[in-house]
Amino acid sequence: MTQGGLQPHAGSVDVVVIGAGHSGLAMSQYLSARNIEHVVLERGEVANSWVRERWNSLKLLTPNWQSRLPGYPYSGPDPDGYMSMPDVVGFIKAYANHCRAPVITNSEVTSVLRAGNRYRVDTGSYQWNARAVVIASGAFNLPSIPPISRDIPSSIVQLSTRDYRYPGQLENGGVLVVGASASGVQLAEEIHASGRPVTLAVGEHVRMPRVYRGKDIQYWMHVSGVLDQRYDEVDDLSRGRNVASPQLVGTHNRRTLDLNRLTAQGVRLTGKLAAVRNGKAQFSGSLRNVVKLADLKMNRLLETIDTWITDSAARETLGPAERFEPTRLPELPCMGLDLSGGEVRTVLWATGFRPDYSWLHVPVIDRKGFIRHDGGVAESPGLYVMGLPFMRRRKSSFIHGAEDDAAELAAHLAGYLDRTGSGHLPRRRVV
Amino acid sequence: MSTQEAVVDNGVNVDALLDAREGLTDAPEAAQFKWRASSEWISGTHTESVVESFFGLGEEQSHRSAFHYDTDHPELFASEDKGATPVEFLLVGLSGCLMAGIAAVAQHRGIQLHSVKASLEAGMDMQGILGIDSDVRNGFDNIKVRFDVDADASKEDIEALVAQSQKRSAAFDILSNPTDIHVEVRKDG
Repeated sequence: MTQGGLQPHAGSVDVVVIGAGHSGLAMSQYLSARNIEHVVLERGEVANSWVRERWNSLKLLTPNWQSRLPGYPYSGPDPDGYMSMPDVVGFIKAYANHCRAPVITNSEVTSVLRAGNRYRVDTGSYQWNARAVVIASGAFNLPSIPPISRDIPSSIVQLSTRDYRYPGQLENGGVLVVGASASGVQLAEEIHASGRPVTLAVGEHVRMPRVYRGKDIQYWMHVSGVLDQRYDEVDDLSRGRNVASPQLVGTHNRRTLDLNRLTAQGVRLTGKLAAVRNGKAQFSGSLRNVVKLADLKMNRLLETIDTWITDSAARETLGPAERFEPTRLPELPCMGLDLSGGEVRTVLWATGFRPDYSWLHVPVIDRKGFIRHDGGVAESPGLYVMGLPFMRRRKSSFIHGAEDDAAELAAHLAGYLDRTGSGHLPRRRVV
Repeated sequence: MSTQEAVVDNGVNVDALLDAREGLTDAPEAAQFKWRASSEWISGTHTESVVESFFGLGEEQSHRSAFHYDTDHPELFASEDKGATPVEFLLVGLSGCLMAGIAAVAQHRGIQLHSVKASLEAGMDMQGILGIDSDVRNGFDNIKVRFDVDADASKEDIEALVAQSQKRSAAFDILSNPTDIHVEVRKDG
């Protein structure tokens, strides 16, 4: 397949895809396969946020064998390893070349408007007129920092996981890490090991072993169908869409990183950061319950896996079923911490991200700032979104989740173009 | 074995709750409630409180009748013990809230409850409120709750039920997280 004959004529194009990350490129691949004329507008370079907005030691939470994009599986030497950020960037850039995606880099979209039955897409220097738009600009653009950050004394340095790179960047002294998702636990460990004593504020979280019965936990979630669960078949979709990333880390020895491990290393666990008053951080008394919820939920997942193994009569030799030690907590958990006393120098917000749609002037944004959509089909004809958590499936925001979603949304989009297609130029065929 | 599935009935109308959740998702204004109590000092440590009206779904509401409560202190504090202490009322509120949550979650999850009992205990160092030691807080050191549950479910499912109830409990949230309290004073007479 070639893109040679598909260069859009100036300014007018059937489809604009916003963002050349894994989601936008996967969509581009399926549009190309259907000979649908499109461009992919990228604010920076391909895989931009993987290049610029991640900390140095970060590796993917999914093993290499799982990293695949449409028609492009991982083919490297270490299927059970985990990609570093340069690896991810290399993988996505190689994919962009492989599928000859019509990417225009350094072309940041500043506005999208509905104009008649088309969309007007502005970049700083150029205006596109498109029949359909696919928003693949990511779900993790802006750090979600709670308003209580304003009550933290000015003597404390605050930063988010987007700006954090490595421990040496922080002042010497204590660090309060807020949030115990994958980012929070990874950074708590790394920063504590650098000699900066860490207090970790723990709200609701997801606990999992890295390896279960000899295989990566992602393998079990993959084969047992957990990752393929569809958005229209779960009880509480909004919960599924808002759940924190699991406490996992990608390391060469595939070790588990959970709260017990952090406790053993000397990290102090507290409840969720509930308020800051007169320079004093107050932690929630819900720690025991959130830990219990996570332990119970982990055991339910392991039970699902055990049942799946029994039912599928797996013939390979697997490790025995296992249950892990419940999360240990101190007898008297720390309920408050004086932030002006000098013990803590830095607050690191590992409280997640939200998308930035400040440029989207189509009335599809709900009161919480998210796009209203049904499995990626937004409430405006011809407008689509890609790569959001649990958008169509539990795996939607993963790299390997883009394939199925892009295939289905490209089919929907093609149907839309066909239905509304009177008067447009016949599509050129590509061999 | 009967082929008919047993009907679970914990006396909770889950459909109504789910409808309310859906309705209030679309109408966030209607979800704004105000809960009220009014109180009058009687004598000594004895106060009488009344709960009757509240605001919700965009309008004034009221309970089926006015509920009256006496708070007082026990005789060992030289009081007349005409009612539970105010802090015991907090325990009553917590257990009532968790119980309601357990019943609702059990109904939603198809778990038949036969008996649910809770006992609550809160530690308090009286050196705080008596002003003996300024390092001691006035309030509880901690609250311990024990649930004894007889239900058609595994131990883990019962634990999950109680955990989910805590996660969704207003009283649990109020007691485990700070709440801004605004007290205004007017001079009568």
